[in-house]
Amino acid sequence: MSTAYLCMKVWLKIVAVVLLVYVHLAGLLMEAPRLNILNETVRALYFHVPMWFGMVLLYVLSVYHAIRYLRNPFHGHDVKSVEFANVGTAFGILGMITGMLWANYTWGSPWHGDPKQKGAAIALLVYFAYFVLRGSLDNMEQRARLSSIYNVFAFATMIPLIFIIPRLEDSMHPGNGGNPGFNAYDLDSRMRMIFYPAVIAWFLIGYWIVSLRIRYRAIEEKILESDL
Amino acid sequence: MKRLLYLLLLLMISPMTYAQDAEMADVMRSNGKIYVVVGIILIVLIGLITYLFLLDRKITHLEKKLPSAKH
Repeated sequence: MSTAYLCMKVWLKIVAVVLLVYVHLAGLLMEAPRLNILNETVRALYFHVPMWFGMVLLYVLSVYHAIRYLRNPFHGHDVKSVEFANVGTAFGILGMITGMLWANYTWGSPWHGDPKQKGAAIALLVYFAYFVLRGSLDNMEQRARLSSIYNVFAFATMIPLIFIIPRLEDSMHPGNGGNPGFNAYDLDSRMRMIFYPAVIAWFLIGYWIVSLRIRYRAIEEKILESDL
Repeated sequence: MKRLLYLLLLLMISPMTYAQDAEMADVMRSNGKIYVVVGIILIVLIGLITYLFLLDRKITHLEKKLPSAKH
């Protein structure tokens, strides 16, 4: 059985850590736009939104490896696909919890029936079903093939649920349902200077965790192989 | 909503007015207590990152014990 291997350069890990420390320092200490209702919680944008961006980027890599598996059924592609989906889902859950906390204090309740919130919840459930599907199949090749196909559908469902439907309906999220995008908040690009590094940093941290999980699985498989 | 839009418009016109518009944690900043919060958050963050580095090193050690784990 051929195993997957995903390497991450040390300098990339250091970039991730430096960016993350910068994001936390600047996100908490730099001037933020003064807006009613949001007040100081506008800073949550630096920490809540990168979770979702990170999740989407990790899911993109997951579906990429799923398609690679379908084109060439190499076991390593399947391992990469599932591990990216795993960490992506962890990011999504964190995004959901942070969003609910933020909504509780700015929208009035943690579950507001906001289209983007509902869409994100459905997208997460679709990905939970991916893991249920994987868990329900014993045959490794069958599991890899069926879950790769399902992964493509899950990704194709997630994109409209998060990016399209909330824009068609009346959402309270910035940039949706006639609300101004976060362009309107960052008068002099101050927020952008913190937000984009935050997205990069969290994505790199996610990628790092994925690489650790894949390396751990490679060792595990090697041990199982030598025992047999 | 309209109020917010009006506020945003105001912000674009005059940066002087927006300093008083919304209530922010200015007291916390002026007495320096904010640095306590920042310090605590950074300790947790750096602690978790260190943990990740140690985990990375452990996995590298295991890989060296099984030289063929890399392919």
